[in-house]
Amino acid sequence: MFETLSGRLSGILDTLTRRGSLSENDVTTAMREIRRALLEADVALEVVRQFVEVIKEKAVGSSVIKSVTPGQMVIKIVHDELVQVLGSESQSIDLSYSPPVPILMVGLQGSGKTTSTAKIAKRLTDRDKKKVLMVSLDTQRPAAQEQLKVLGEQINIATLPVISGQTPIQIAKRAMDTAKLGSFDIAIIDTAGRMTVDNDLMQEIVEIKSCIKPKETLLVADSLTGQDAVNTAKSFESHIGITGIMLTRIDGDGRGGAALSMRAITDRPIKLLGTGEKWDDIEDFHPKRMASRILGMGDVVSLVERASETIDALEAKKIATKIKKGIFDLNDLAGQLKQMQQLGGMTGVLGMMPGISKIKSQIADANLDDNLLKRQHAIISSMTKEERVNSKIINGKRRRRIALGSGTKVQDVNKLLKTHRQMADMMKKMGKDKSMLGQMVDKLGLNSSPIPTNTSSTHSGILSGIAKAENSLSVKTLSGLPSHGGKEKHSSNIGYGKLPGLGGASLKSSTSGYKDLFSRFSNNIKKKGN
Amino acid sequence: MIKKKKTNLLDRFFKSNDPGSIEDNSLRKDMLQDTPYDNESMTKIDQTIKSRFIGSKRNWVQRLKSGLAKTSASLSEGISQVFAKRQLDSESFEDLEDLLIQADLGIETTARIVDHLSSNRYDKTISPKEVLEVLANEIEIILEPVAQKLDIVASRKPHVILVVGVNGTGKTTTIGKLAAKYCSEGRKVLLVAGDTFRAAAIEQLQIWGDRVGCEVAHRNAGADSASLGFDALTKAKEQNIDILMMDTAGRLHNKKELMDELGKIIRVIRKVDATAPHDVLLVVDATTGQNALRQVEAFRDRAGITGLIMTKLDGTASGGIIVAIAAQYGIPVHAIGVGEGVEDLAPFDAKEFALAIAQPKNIELDNSDTH
Repeated sequence: MFETLSGRLSGILDTLTRRGSLSENDVTTAMREIRRALLEADVALEVVRQFVEVIKEKAVGSSVIKSVTPGQMVIKIVHDELVQVLGSESQSIDLSYSPPVPILMVGLQGSGKTTSTAKIAKRLTDRDKKKVLMVSLDTQRPAAQEQLKVLGEQINIATLPVISGQTPIQIAKRAMDTAKLGSFDIAIIDTAGRMTVDNDLMQEIVEIKSCIKPKETLLVADSLTGQDAVNTAKSFESHIGITGIMLTRIDGDGRGGAALSMRAITDRPIKLLGTGEKWDDIEDFHPKRMASRILGMGDVVSLVERASETIDALEAKKIATKIKKGIFDLNDLAGQLKQMQQLGGMTGVLGMMPGISKIKSQIADANLDDNLLKRQHAIISSMTKEERVNSKIINGKRRRRIALGSGTKVQDVNKLLKTHRQMADMMKKMGKDKSMLGQMVDKLGLNSSPIPTNTSSTHSGILSGIAKAENSLSVKTLSGLPSHGGKEKHSSNIGYGKLPGLGGASLKSSTSGYKDLFSRFSNNIKKKGN
Repeated sequence: MIKKKKTNLLDRFFKSNDPGSIEDNSLRKDMLQDTPYDNESMTKIDQTIKSRFIGSKRNWVQRLKSGLAKTSASLSEGISQVFAKRQLDSESFEDLEDLLIQADLGIETTARIVDHLSSNRYDKTISPKEVLEVLANEIEIILEPVAQKLDIVASRKPHVILVVGVNGTGKTTTIGKLAAKYCSEGRKVLLVAGDTFRAAAIEQLQIWGDRVGCEVAHRNAGADSASLGFDALTKAKEQNIDILMMDTAGRLHNKKELMDELGKIIRVIRKVDATAPHDVLLVVDATTGQNALRQVEAFRDRAGITGLIMTKLDGTASGGIIVAIAAQYGIPVHAIGVGEGVEDLAPFDAKEFALAIAQPKNIELDNSDTH
């Protein structure tokens, strides 16, 4: 989400950045375009008005126009204001009460309450080691309670047995009793979808709320919602009082105006994001990072976090040890490719990289991303165990067999082997290298604790990473230098290597992926150019 | 002047979204004081639930209007505010633009309507009522060509309808309502539970099948819905079924694999009947914003949709996006969903819809005339 909005905004702001000085007129024009961009992104009108007014006020101030880089100043103001609107601190679900902690899920029909209930339950079980009970009070929609029951079986989390004919209030009461008796830590109560104009149902939920006294009341809202987001958020807030918002379908191509509006209108934090159809497709909401993503500044911190969540610490350690010894066989490469896919494939990773937003859509159009990873994976899968450990024995005949087995061409096999050889060389070098990069491997790969994101040292590391990445990405790759030449690649490798710090090892995979991807991509551009 | 007007508008907006708030608040207080388990409130809830299951007998126009009332109220209140005793100038047009945008009409459609308004009325005094009339007229002109009934061709045995859409827009519910309608007309209907992905989606359609009394073809969760479609259509031909309606799993329009799967379902169905599916209906949620345009485009390109059904118009959403869709794509709108009951599916009427957006009866238009 936010892609088009970020594309539009960074486009508008780009024109400002290029200028040496800014007149009031320049700012006014830019603000008009920002206003339009926000409206097209379904940000509620009243929020847009306020937003633009504040920015204009600050931007027209003399300090901006007289400053050395007025464009940058405007971007900073927009960024700060976005953070302001999105909420400056990220907040997660509050569990600091005596168990069982009731969490109430409310929202319109079809906003994704039941799926979100299951995702949150799974997350609290897996990550926070809580004993969770899921309960559906949805007696409205046919088979809704059945749905939650099936989900509970799928993800192995307890649900309250369904007794047909009970009213929501009766079920709610039974749920709280069961949660107490069964010594559950958390009870997540899913409710029927309801329109805010439906007085009977709104009244019902007020009664439910006073019965279970939830510590969290989460409004589940579709991020594709239009101007109506304001009405929905406002009425749920005024009728029942919510403590937070969970936005779903973030993986759609909506422009996410609802996120901006709902936060601004209700003054309640967005706590969680639903980002896909799988059970672990749920993320915490981070206003600052989201603001950066909207402005096309990338979201490296989230990338690192996601990496540390999905990448097996032990595995990373093992590979880091191997790198230290200078060994990197095809099994390792296969592992890297797999991790890359777990991170959300090429598009997922690219979405969080700084300066990518402009070319991202083109990459997506070409659909290089996932096919590329899959194909490479298939090639390695078609090798014998021996070949994977010792790639030197792979001669022409074996290559033909591997290509046949994986449904690719011999050239593809060659390319993969070449990439692998270069990476192995790199690894060897790095193993001995005691410079920055070597230390990074030590730090990230061998350190199995989750990566701290708030310490200043990490921050500076990431920042320097961003700087380098921006250099090597937007400048170099786009100037169409895709050649598979050794040295050039080397330098860009190092640029990335520092960047995401994907647990020491996986940063290698991302580099290889990028290399390949970008070379193809810029080849494409060349072809088009011709 | 400008400053003052803006705060007024904002105030109005806040107020207009909360009509009857005093009543609600008092209700709420009562609620909190009541012990929630006393018999009285229990029976009250029982009754509410019962009445919902039986389905309200209210006219759909009333439902639509009461649903749209909030948007329309704020829209026309705003319009009265903008045009009251004042000449039309560029600023007032800008305000009108904002108001239309707020109803989800989208920037392009809004610009078109406002252009038309401004072309011959610039610098004239114009009453709010006139503005609303012109507005309703403009919306009607856009909607008129797309308001088309869903034609079932009786000679086709069966007439195949595929229902597609993004997750949670109301596909299964819509199928249930359509099935009820066709069954009551005495047609033989076969429903196909093609959503094999979402938990309990099959059960949900089965319950609808029981309710309206028609057969539901289904397989286990996780089964291939294309092959289910093939078998169901083969069976329908043998049994001389009139209408076959196939549900599909909700999918985001930007997920390539999932959209490919839709293509596969259509290809496989065509092996039984080369002319099928005769209708591909896209179900759109009225609360959706400008993203609905992309949904329409993607589903049109990938699944060849032939018509739209807009759901959830009984809420606060204005459904103004349908005007934008009609203006840009001209895809027929067959029906609108105005509630969860069996009868809450209404044919789409351009005039009614335009009036419901622009000229609801319950607003204080007459008052502003007499100012």
